[in-house]
Parts: sequence; structure tokens; C-alpha cells
Amino acid sequence: MTDAQWEVFSYQGVIAAAVLYFLAMLAYFVELASLRTATKEAELATVADRPAGASSAAGAAHPGDDPAEPSRRTQVAGRLGLVLTVFAVVVHLVALVARGLAADPNRVPWGNMYEFTISGTFVVALIFVLTAVRLDVEWLGPLVSTFVVAALMAAFLGLDDAVLPLPDALNSPWLVIHVVSAVISTGAFTIGALLSGLYLVKERSTATTGYLARVPEPKVLDRLSYRMHAFGFPVWTFAVLITGPIWAHQAWGAYWNWDPKEVWAFITWVVYAAYLHARATAGWRGRNAAVLALVGVATLWFNFIGINFFSSSSQHSYAEGARPERSVVLRLAGPVEATQEVGVVVGSDHPRA
Amino acid sequence: MTDLKPDLRQRPSDDRQATALPADLTARELGRWAWRQVTSMRTALVLLLLLALAAIPGSVIPQDNIDSLAVSQWRDNHPRLAPIWDRLDLFDVYGSVWFSAIYILLMISLVGCIIPRLFVYARALRAKPPRAPRHLSRLPESTSYTTDEAPDVVLARAARVVRARRFRVHHVEGEDAVAAERGHLREAGNLLFHLAVIVVLVGVAAGSLFGYKGGVILLNGDDYGFSNNLTQYDDFAPGALFDPDVMEPFSFSITDFDVDWLTEGSRAGMAREFVASLDYETEPGGETKSYDLKVNHPLTIGGTDVFLIGHGYAPVITIRDGEGEVAKSGPVVFLPTNAQTFESFGVVKAPFARPGQIGLEGAFYPTFSMGRDANGDLTMPSSIFGALGDPLISMSLWTGDLGLQDGSASSVYVLDKAGATQVTKANGQPFRMDLRPGESVTLPDDLGTVTFEGVQRWNKIQISRTPGKLVALAGVVLALLGLLGSLFVRPRRLWVRARRQDDGTTLVELGRLDRSSGGDPEDGAAELAEVVAALQDPTGPATTSSNKEEQS
Ligand code: HEM
Repeated sequence: MTDAQWEVFSYQGVIAAAVLYFLAMLAYFVELASLRTATKEAELATVADRPAGASSAAGAAHPGDDPAEPSRRTQVAGRLGLVLTVFAVVVHLVALVARGLAADPNRVPWGNMYEFTISGTFVVALIFVLTAVRLDVEWLGPLVSTFVVAALMAAFLGLDDAVLPLPDALNSPWLVIHVVSAVISTGAFTIGALLSGLYLVKERSTATTGYLARVPEPKVLDRLSYRMHAFGFPVWTFAVLITGPIWAHQAWGAYWNWDPKEVWAFITWVVYAAYLHARATAGWRGRNAAVLALVGVATLWFNFIGINFFSSSSQHSYAEGARPERSVVLRLAGPVEATQEVGVVVGSDHPRA
Repeated sequence: MTDLKPDLRQRPSDDRQATALPADLTARELGRWAWRQVTSMRTALVLLLLLALAAIPGSVIPQDNIDSLAVSQWRDNHPRLAPIWDRLDLFDVYGSVWFSAIYILLMISLVGCIIPRLFVYARALRAKPPRAPRHLSRLPESTSYTTDEAPDVVLARAARVVRARRFRVHHVEGEDAVAAERGHLREAGNLLFHLAVIVVLVGVAAGSLFGYKGGVILLNGDDYGFSNNLTQYDDFAPGALFDPDVMEPFSFSITDFDVDWLTEGSRAGMAREFVASLDYETEPGGETKSYDLKVNHPLTIGGTDVFLIGHGYAPVITIRDGEGEVAKSGPVVFLPTNAQTFESFGVVKAPFARPGQIGLEGAFYPTFSMGRDANGDLTMPSSIFGALGDPLISMSLWTGDLGLQDGSASSVYVLDKAGATQVTKANGQPFRMDLRPGESVTLPDDLGTVTFEGVQRWNKIQISRTPGKLVALAGVVLALLGLLGSLFVRPRRLWVRARRQDDGTTLVELGRLDRSSGGDPEDGAAELAEVVAALQDPTGPATTSSNKEEQS
């Protein structure tokens, strides 16, 4: 196949994956809906039984009526959601590989925001599927599939960018390692944040029916969230505090520049360090820790999306061609006024951390 | 979950919590209380959050040492705020007093927290696993079964079984329970992580105190060379304790420079690959070596790194004055004003020209083109491509006092126009010259001639020496290793108690306590189940495990 064909193929792959995720999302919603009606019916049944003199305990004795035990239809829908997600992940992976093959020379698919988003969502879905194999986290399905569908749509509508060869500064094996680890930890933190968000909602909820009833108790959510963060944090450390500086040193001549992307990667790191401390501090466990996890993910995504619009001086910006690339500022000899400094460019645009 | 007795629940890390201020205070108590606050987890947490918060302004407000051009623009746009920002160090957030205060406090807290924990850890290493709590069934993870075997037999096997599972076991003959513990590496990892944070900070501090970073614009060609001493730099930023004697005595020149321009696609015109061929000597008179200096491919000489960070054009210009003498000849560095098209700006000065000084100021276009507006009318001249397609310089002419003879230093990139006048044509329009390579122009007022001989290239080279960088790197790597231990090692205790019951059978109770933050009851239940299975199978794993024990 030619590069152009690969590119089209990759787009088709992403669309196909998005459709599959969407179907998975529908399946999950069907599951939720039948969960809701099933539990309603069970409630009604219990209520109806009562005047007849049957105790509610007797009502619950019918296996089909037990709100804790989902009906077959519900189970099938949930299974279907997971199976569809698995298919979607496979197609998604193929689309990612195709994207890399579409570039000349072939490269890793992390050259711009579009590519980073399709990679990041892939990791989120993959982590979900891998976790679902080991633990009962199917209840996370509706959230994950909705998130992935939304992010893919945004990537398609807002971030699409042509396949381009990487600028010189990005041609480094460190890029691969750096971005892979950044993408993986972003995926883990994102799922961790979904769990912490659920924790906060569930903690206040007294719902006995519907989705929240399906979600396990807060303690379990908190622990799962912790495990996601405990996995993500070392990977993030590796990405932003080891490979990032090594690469920055090679490409820009200084391992740490306090460039806005670096500042926010550091902020994210510090917030997650605080999260880990919070979980070990009396009075900060639970609620406050969950809030910190949400703050952490907010800084993470702000760094990815927000900072590009906020600050023009980042060497990491994915200048989409419209914005002149960040220039390396020359400090001139002698008593020259700062205003007389002029930018000089070598590396043109650089990617995000 | 039933609340466990605090001594059981307590993790080594929990030993430092902020405490209430004691009621009646001696100075000593106050000091001790204050120290406890500073080294408490809660303080560490708050300081971490403060650090994150304090880092934000530096990403929004331009920073002096990162983008001083943006800072000066910001100053111009906000004349009233700028002095206030200055007083608050907001243009130098990461070097400011308040930012430093936060991380120094954090480091004090860290040291104050680590040292006692090191002692606690050393003691815990030697300590025996704690005795079994009275009610094992109250532990979050517990199980029990009955058997006909004698308690002694069960306990002896239990000791073997858990030892084979790499627990440290404590079993005193005559006691009704076996106590076991494993996962000390978690606390070790945690301590390693926090110590490594200090190592990183030391490494970073060494770099910024003893290191330096400098830049030089070097023309291509063997005629132009750089040797590593202070006078040769265009800009130089030393650390506070920098000693010039550490500068390695290397020298180099750029023999060739290559750019690979993208000619198609939506980023056509963007430059992609840059290679500067370098000839260098590590010391005067040493062997000459070659190196392809590229982005992502710096040259390391001793402890110094040489980076390629920029490039541009230097038109070669010859000025003959009114008396026919060569008043100026050679390449003049022009600085790019556009990163894509390399439209550049520069000045040429001939202060000793007679009858009048000559100053030229203007633009260089690597690929010249007249811009056109929507109606097709000509607008501004511009460059449409960064490579040398159709090079052209377009300059205006100044004469009078260019401020170069009073001895005061002045920049080679600016024309001091205070005492100069612009030369005009007969019709009063400013005189302009548009020259392509090889072309000359005769200046008005018998000032002389200007010839545009050709174009040279230059490279911006950055040279830096960052002494502690490997220390910092080693620190982060250690921190990461410690972190892995700290996050994934599960410290846990396990107890097995066997007691003869009234009916003659033996009740075996097992309890397990996971002391990590991520402890998962499911894993705990699995581990307990495995231990129970091993206990109930006197021929199976228990014997093999005792074999294992002998081997190890
Ligand atoms: C530069 C500042 C600091 C950073 C970046 C930092 C980072 C971290 C991280 C990432 C963890 C998680 C690892 C784990 O859960 O074991 C952790 C745990 C811990 N930190 Fe820090 N820390 C800092 C300062 C401090 C200070 C000042 C203290 C003492 C007051 C402290 C005490 C602890 C303790 C006791 C734990 C273990 C928590 C647990 O058992 O789960 N840290 N720290």
C-alpha cells in the first residue's frame, strides 16, 4: 500500500473503532436501562407482595427478583458491551499501526495532537479491557466507552492533522520511549480519575437501583483508583523526569527549561505525589484523596490541551502550521537591549511531553 | 470494617501526624511541637500542594531566563504592573525567594521525616514479627478450620509453610501461635525514594551553581573558529559559583552546513534536518577530529556539551568609501525575523568610511518575492522560502555620526541613529538599494559603493556544562526504583493459631493484615486460602517447602 492508502486506511480504522466503541456504549446503556427496569420491577413486586402478607424477605427469595442479581438480558448486554470493546481495541490498534505506516519514513504515531489523542484513548480502552480480564470492573464500561467515543470524536472534528514527517527535534528514540510512557500513564491516570469521580458520587449516593447501585462500594473504588495511580505514577515519573530531560538535553541543550509543558508535567507529578501522601494521611484518605486525583487529571489534560492555547512560548507546542514556531532566543553580546533580541530557529515545532 | 487496635493498624509511615499544641509550653516543648508539625505528613502534603500552586505563574507569565524577549514585550505592554511583578519576582518564578522557600521547607520536612524513619526501619528490620493479636477473627482477612491433628504439628507445619512463602517467621516453642511477616522492602523503597529526591536536588543545584550555558554565532568556513574561553561567547550565563578555570580548552570550526527543506505537503517550506560538520580539537595543538553536529546529536567534549540550535544567513558585503578605499568587507550576520521563510534583518557599519560614515540597515530575503494582495497588486516584499532561491538584500542608507567612535560599546545588530541622518534621493524619498549577489550600487552624495558579493551561512551554537546532571539522573533512577518497591511491595503479617478445643479437635485460625495502601482483600483471601490448603495437606507443599528451605 502507498502512504496515502495507509493514511486512508488508518482513518477508516479509527472510524470503525469509534463505531464499535459506540455500539459497546449502546450495549452498556441497554444493560443499565434493563438494570433499572429490572430493579424497578423487583421493587414493585416487593411492594405488591406486601399487602398480600408476604414478607419482603420472601419476595427477595425469588432469584429473578433479587435486585442484586442482574437478569439474563442485562448480563448479555453487559457481556456484549465488553466483547464489542475488545473488538474496538483491536481495530483501534490496527488503525494506530496504519497511521505510523502512513508516514514517510515510517514512524511512531505521535506527531501531533490528533495522533496523541487516538493513542491515548487506545491506552484507556486497553487498560480497561486488561483490567476487566482480571477483576470485575464491567460497571466501568459505560464510562470508559463514552469517554473514548467522545475523545475520538473530538480528535476527528477538532484535531485532525495531516501525516507529516517528524521535525528533526522529534527524530530520536527517546521520543518513542518518552511518548509511549506519557501516553500509558495518561491512560492510567484517566481511568483512575473516572474511578475517583465515581467514588465521590457513590459515597454520597444512597441509590439502591440503577447504575450507582451496580457500582461497588466506595472502599473498592478507592482501592482500584489507587492501583491505577500507583501504576501510572512511576510510569509518569519515567516519562517526565527521566526520558523527558534526557531528550530535552539532546535536543535543546538543557535537561530542564521550565518550559510551560515541563512546568505542568511537574505540577501533575507533584499533585499525584500529594495524592499518594493523602492516602497515607489520617483525615485526607478517601474524599480529599479522590479530589486530589481529579485535580491531578485536570492538570494532566490541561497540559495536553489547554497550555497549547494559553502560552505561546512552549517549545513543545504542536504548532499546527498556523502559528510560527517557537524560536530559540538569542541573547546577544554586549549591552544590547532585550528588545533587540531576535529569535532564531532551528528545530521548528516540538511535540508535547 | 472493625477498627483495629492502633498498634496493629499503624504503618511505619503513620508515625508522624500533626498533633495539637500542648497546653502549657516550655520553649523546649514548643520547639519540639513545631518540629513535629514541620515533619508531619500533613505538612508535607500541604507543601507539595503549595509547590504545585507556586509553579503555575511561571507557566503563564513570561520568564526572564526562558524567553526574555517575551518579558520585555510584556513589560512594554503593562508599564504599571511590571514593577509590581518585578518586586514579586514573577519574571523569575523558579529562582524567586518564595518558590525557593517552599521547596527548601519541603526538603527540611523531608530530612526531618526521613531520619527518624531510618532509625525506625533499622529497628523494625531486627525486630521479630509481632505476636498474634488475641482475636484473629477480627482481622479484615481471617479464616479458620478444625482438624484432628495436634496443635504442635499444625504449628510446626505452619511455620514451614509460611517460611517457604518467604515470610520471616517467629514461633516460640510452647506458644499457641506462629507470627510471620514479609514486605520490609516496601519501607526500604519508600526511604530510598525520599532520599533520592534529595540526591536529585543536589545534582540540580550543582548544575545551576557550578555550570554555565553560553551561546555563540559562528560563521561557516575554516576561516572562522571558536575556542572555548569567555571572550569568544556572544552570551554567557554562569552559575553563581562558576569558575572559568574549569572550561575545557577545545576549539572548533564549522566546515559545512546542510539543511533539508520540505518542499511539499502542508508544512512545505519547513526545514527538517540540519547537519553542521564540525572540525574540532579537544585542546590546542591536539588532533583534529570531525563530528556531524545535529539536533538530538550534541557533541560532548569532557564535561561540556556542544549543541546546534540555530542557523541563518550572513550576506557578504563590500563597502568602498568615497575615496575608493575598502571600508568594510566580509560576511555580516543577519538575524532571522521569520522562522519559516528566514527573512532576516541586519545592519552593516563602516564607521571609518570617508568622507562620511556609512551605515546600512535592512532585510535579507533568501527567496525574494513581491507579495500580492487579493487584487493582485504588489504589496510588501517578502521571502517565500527559507532556502537560497533568489537571494536579495534591500537596505536603506544612513550617514553622520553612527556612535561608534566614542568608545562606548554598541551592538553589531543595531544602528545607533541618534546622530545619524538617512540619505535620501533627489526627490526626497529615502534612498534604498535592492541587490542580488554580484550586484553593486553607487551611493548618492559621493559616499562610495556597496557590493553584495554573496551569501555565507552561520550557526548558533550553544555550549553548556552542567556538572551535576549525572547525579541528578542517577537520583531520579534511584527514586524510580524506590518508588516501585514502595508502591508494589505488599508488607503484610500473617498469624496462625492452633488450639485444642474441648471436643478434642484442633481449631486452626489464620489472620492476615495487609499494611500497604493498595492492599486488596481478594489477594489476601487468595493467599490465606493457599496457606490453608498447604496446611491441610501434610504430604504436599509443606514437605516440598521444607526442601526449599534447606536449599536456600
Ligand atoms: C519532595 C517532597 C516529597 C515527594 C516528591 C514525595 C513523594 C512521595 C510519593 C510519590 C510517595 C508514594 C510512595 C508510597 O506510597 O509509598 C510518598 C510516600 C510517602 N511519603 Fe513522601 N514525598 C515528599 C516528601 C515527604 C515528606 C516531607 C514526608 C514526611 C513528612 C514524606 C513522607 C512520606 C511517607 C510516610 C510516605 C509513605 C506513605 C505510605 O505508606 O503509603 N514525604 N512520598
